[in-house]
Amino acid sequence: MSSLSRDEVAKLAGLARIEMSEEELVSLSKEFTVILDAVARVQEVASADVAPTSHPLSLRNVFRPDVVVPSLSPEQALSGAPAQEEQRFRVPQILGEE
Amino acid sequence: MAAKLASGETTSVALTQAHLDRINSVEDKVHAFLFIDAKGALEQAASVDAKRAKGEKLSPLAGVPLALKDVLAQKDKPTTCGSKILEGWLPPYDSTVVANLKKNGIVILGKTNMDEFAMGSSTENSAYGPTHNPWDLSRIPGGSGGGSSAALASFEAPLAIGTDTGGSIRQPAAVTGTVGVKPTYGGVSRYGLVAFSSSLDQAGPCARTVLDTALLHEAIAGYDPKDATSINAPIPLVVQAAKDGNVKGMKIGVVKELNGDGYQPGVRARFDEALELLAKAGAEIVEVSAPNFEYALAAYYLIAPSEASSNLARFDAMRYGLRVGDVDGASAEAVMNLTREVGFGKEVKRRIILGTYALSSGYYDAYYGSAQKVRTLITQDFTKAFTKADVLVSPTCPTTAFKIGEKANDPLAMYLNDIATIPVNMAGIGGMSLPAGLADEDGLPVGFQIMSPVMKDERMYSVGASLEAALLSKWGAPLLDRAPTLEASK
Repeated sequence: MSSLSRDEVAKLAGLARIEMSEEELVSLSKEFTVILDAVARVQEVASADVAPTSHPLSLRNVFRPDVVVPSLSPEQALSGAPAQEEQRFRVPQILGEE
Repeated sequence: MAAKLASGETTSVALTQAHLDRINSVEDKVHAFLFIDAKGALEQAASVDAKRAKGEKLSPLAGVPLALKDVLAQKDKPTTCGSKILEGWLPPYDSTVVANLKKNGIVILGKTNMDEFAMGSSTENSAYGPTHNPWDLSRIPGGSGGGSSAALASFEAPLAIGTDTGGSIRQPAAVTGTVGVKPTYGGVSRYGLVAFSSSLDQAGPCARTVLDTALLHEAIAGYDPKDATSINAPIPLVVQAAKDGNVKGMKIGVVKELNGDGYQPGVRARFDEALELLAKAGAEIVEVSAPNFEYALAAYYLIAPSEASSNLARFDAMRYGLRVGDVDGASAEAVMNLTREVGFGKEVKRRIILGTYALSSGYYDAYYGSAQKVRTLITQDFTKAFTKADVLVSPTCPTTAFKIGEKANDPLAMYLNDIATIPVNMAGIGGMSLPAGLADEDGLPVGFQIMSPVMKDERMYSVGASLEAALLSKWGAPLLDRAPTLEASK
């Protein structure tokens, strides 16, 4: 039986950049026991001789002509920004102080 | 409606206003819309009327109003995907679907409610509250495109756009007694469609009749260089097929695995009845087997969350959308964590975590890798079945609409509702749901699903139109005439 502990869920939430309350971590860990059991069924038929499909169309390297076409103006591109400064996205501090 | 517009019997402004009035009088019960663009719709309608007055040649649906699912970007109109993380965002561009609607003069009434980021089968996962099924307001209108299907069934709009990743067009159509089509993957551009699961997502047309659906299909479909997965081929002749509705000599394959145990008796009865009508219309009914379909649901709930965990990483509070906790000295990572905690709902978080797990090293082969193999097996099942039949059919859903709240705390039971619709997305083929009648035990609509091979979308329209005509002559009036009049119940 597959399961995920509260700590494992906390680790995944960290990887996914989602803050979670203790209550959420515990309830998700309980739900995952059921969900993982259900989805693990794929292993019953996924033998080594079956090729994986990642996409319904067998396309590769779709290119467009290298022609300049109109794009968004800086104002339009910044129109949804939570914060901006001097025609740039203003973001919180990315690197540590040390 | 299009005919009355063309003949001058009515104008697009009058038609649009009539639908805005209808929205006004029933929307408090149905809650199909997240945004109603009365001003924009009337302006668009007036411009179509002006063109018609000048004698310009217009497309068949010019001037007809439409409800747009809130997952498609429309320039300068709110586009939330049913999520708090996009509240207030105004896209600076049009999705290709919207550009095609505008090109065809189709009037956009507003944006419809949906499960957050299209994750769900009931529209209960919308951050803005559930939509109610016009047949019974205590029940779900399906999902994720429940706003679009409810708008059609409540006569708030005659046309709607949905998107279908695992059944989000077809299941809502089934439970509301309307028509919905998921075109072949790549048949309609995904440019400007907020991505949930890129290899499964497909926008498509919804309406109350098969022919209206076909006309809308033709209007939005076609090759788009802006979508690298768009198919560069002529649009299937769906309108002609819907007009002819001819099934003589066609082989219709009943998928053995998508029926029987777990399917409500009323659903099975309406399905069998529909098969008889199709046989009477000249089709040959055969049984086909697709043994790997039983693994489709499990594979879907690995593939879709995996792709979603990656796609939804873009909601990082940096360039657009919500930003929470941006106080002096807070790191970008802390702001991301807090924003995503507040901005995403429970189901979205559940799926992101599941996808993150399925893709993490050590588990990748067992989960995501195995699911991709199942995808191959399902596609092979379809290929084999299509050598024995021109189209495949099944009930769209195992049950009729369930009660709001009934499955909200049982994700697995909720997921089971998509058992018959998911295989189509896995293989990238076309699928339609149309009304087959009401289940005897609860008086609620039942959907009939038709599946056609890649870029043979016209076949499902032939079968759909034939069945629709046979049912209409049996019933004497459209099914939706039997739905409750929402206004009278005030």
